[in-house]
Amino acid sequence: MKNRIILTVITVLALLPAIPLFLILFQLLKEGLSSLSLDFFLHLPAPPGEPGGGIANALVGTLIIVGLAVLIGVPVSILAGIYLSEYGRHGKLSETIRVCADVLQGVPSIVIGIVAYAWVVKPMGHFSALSGSVALALMMIPVVVRTTEEVLRLVPDILREAALALGVPYWRTVLKVVLPTGMVGVSTGILIAVARIAGETAPLLFTAFGNQFLTLNPLEPMSALPLVIFNYAMSPYEDWWRQAWGASLVLVFMVLGLNIVSRILARKIAGEK
Amino acid sequence: MKVPYPIFRTEDLCAYYGDFMAIKHVTVSIPEHQVTAVMGPSGCGKTTFIRCLNRLHELLPGARITGKIYLRDEDILELDPIIVRRRVGMVFQRPNPFPTMTIYENVLAGYKLLGIRLKREEADRIVEDALRKAALWDEVKDVLHRRGTFLSGGQQQRLCIARALAVNPEVLLMDEPTSALDPKATLQIENLIVELKNTVTIVIVTHNMPQAGRISDYTAFFYMGELIEFGPTAEVFTNPKDPRTEEYLTGKFS
Ligand SMILES: Nc1ncnc2c1ncn2[C@@H]1O[C@H](COP(=O)(O)OP(=O)(O)OP(=O)(O)O)[C@@H](O)[C@H]1O
Ligand SMILES: [Mg+2]
Repeated sequence: MKNRIILTVITVLALLPAIPLFLILFQLLKEGLSSLSLDFFLHLPAPPGEPGGGIANALVGTLIIVGLAVLIGVPVSILAGIYLSEYGRHGKLSETIRVCADVLQGVPSIVIGIVAYAWVVKPMGHFSALSGSVALALMMIPVVVRTTEEVLRLVPDILREAALALGVPYWRTVLKVVLPTGMVGVSTGILIAVARIAGETAPLLFTAFGNQFLTLNPLEPMSALPLVIFNYAMSPYEDWWRQAWGASLVLVFMVLGLNIVSRILARKIAGEK
Repeated sequence: MKVPYPIFRTEDLCAYYGDFMAIKHVTVSIPEHQVTAVMGPSGCGKTTFIRCLNRLHELLPGARITGKIYLRDEDILELDPIIVRRRVGMVFQRPNPFPTMTIYENVLAGYKLLGIRLKREEADRIVEDALRKAALWDEVKDVLHRRGTFLSGGQQQRLCIARALAVNPEVLLMDEPTSALDPKATLQIENLIVELKNTVTIVIVTHNMPQAGRISDYTAFFYMGELIEFGPTAEVFTNPKDPRTEEYLTGKFS
């Protein structure tokens, strides 16, 4: 009897952290669902104060900025992860890289934004999607580096030895056996990192900056979902507040979707073991 | 002890893990086209010894080898390890097919992983040939394009044998290849080994005395890193020279 009471109490307490998530989802659905329509996804913003309009430019912008960040950040991260797992596992350089990755992960995103401003916006002379991508890439690098390392370490040594015993050089063994075997895990790490950066606002404020119009040129200022939410929520127009909720809803479901896909992938790896 | 046609000859071979000497001054000749069993109590250095013969040993951090290992008159410690490993194949204790590859690709791994391109007919021929030699062809010929990891343990081990044979090695090293398998799969592999000695020289580590008796022509007996006995299996088993071999054979320790 006593046990059951304790179990019930513990179960209820364990559910507490889930409550905020449901409250957030409830709030978003309540405030945001009414703005969702086909037009919302397909149209550009209406002029200030006028009702209607959509977030097409921000959706496309988020895809481009995040996509570019992946292109910039993922290759270097995977190379670093390979180095940490396959080459200098216990070396001094590896320890340094690990510490740097951890510190970089801890740098506040607003600071990353300022740095990207100094590195890219200043020399170019104007805001651009590219500078935003650089900022987001800096944020995803530590995550991808560490997950790549961890996942590759899980690849059993007997597979490496099987390849080496066939006369395959070590670097080819790494590229053609270790990396493909760990690929699902590496992809999971990338998805988690993308989910993390997709909603980042601070690094985009003075880099991608935002844009009322649709552009596909990464060298121009570009809109993104978090920027739209920020700008609309700060505006004096009620219709924009409503759209900020709508955009928040879209963003949260995007991130949620990425998380779910990465979980399915992670389960697939666990199942293969 | 002199053997008729040695393919491998070690001279004063020592192998270390850091400061620990796991193989001590081993001088031995391994005869061509024969099955040589490597036996001895657990931890005596059997695995270490055969991993010297294809230079896998030196890949572990802190591991090194001294002495000489001749593969037909060439000192393999002077050769490119890549070349050595293509001439001396290896099958491991646990079957280890590449999980991302199909059966077909696994057999060709020794080519594919090296970036060697093969014509379609040639690839097909190598695959069929290797799988036949490994006595696996009939069981997998209709599922060549499925993952190798779907096979049973015994089939996976034979796939690994096929993968090693596909690059035409002169020697095949096997480290307790049946210890993870059931009796039926073990018997299949034993029969296979006897067949294979016409094509390759086999050096097999085994704990299983009856198995060594059934399949091997020569037996090398290790004890605490030293080679204490070497000779034709029948002789070693019936008339061991070293008392420690006899103790092992009569099951005093294992
Ligand atoms: N990676 C390693 N680092 C340090 N010492 C090792 C390592 N591998 C093996 N040894 C040591 O070297 C000795 C020989 O080991 P080895 O694996 O060759 O023995 P074995 O005869 O194959 O044993 P088993 O029958 O248990 O497989 C043992 O004392 C072992 O503890
Ligand atoms: Mg062993």
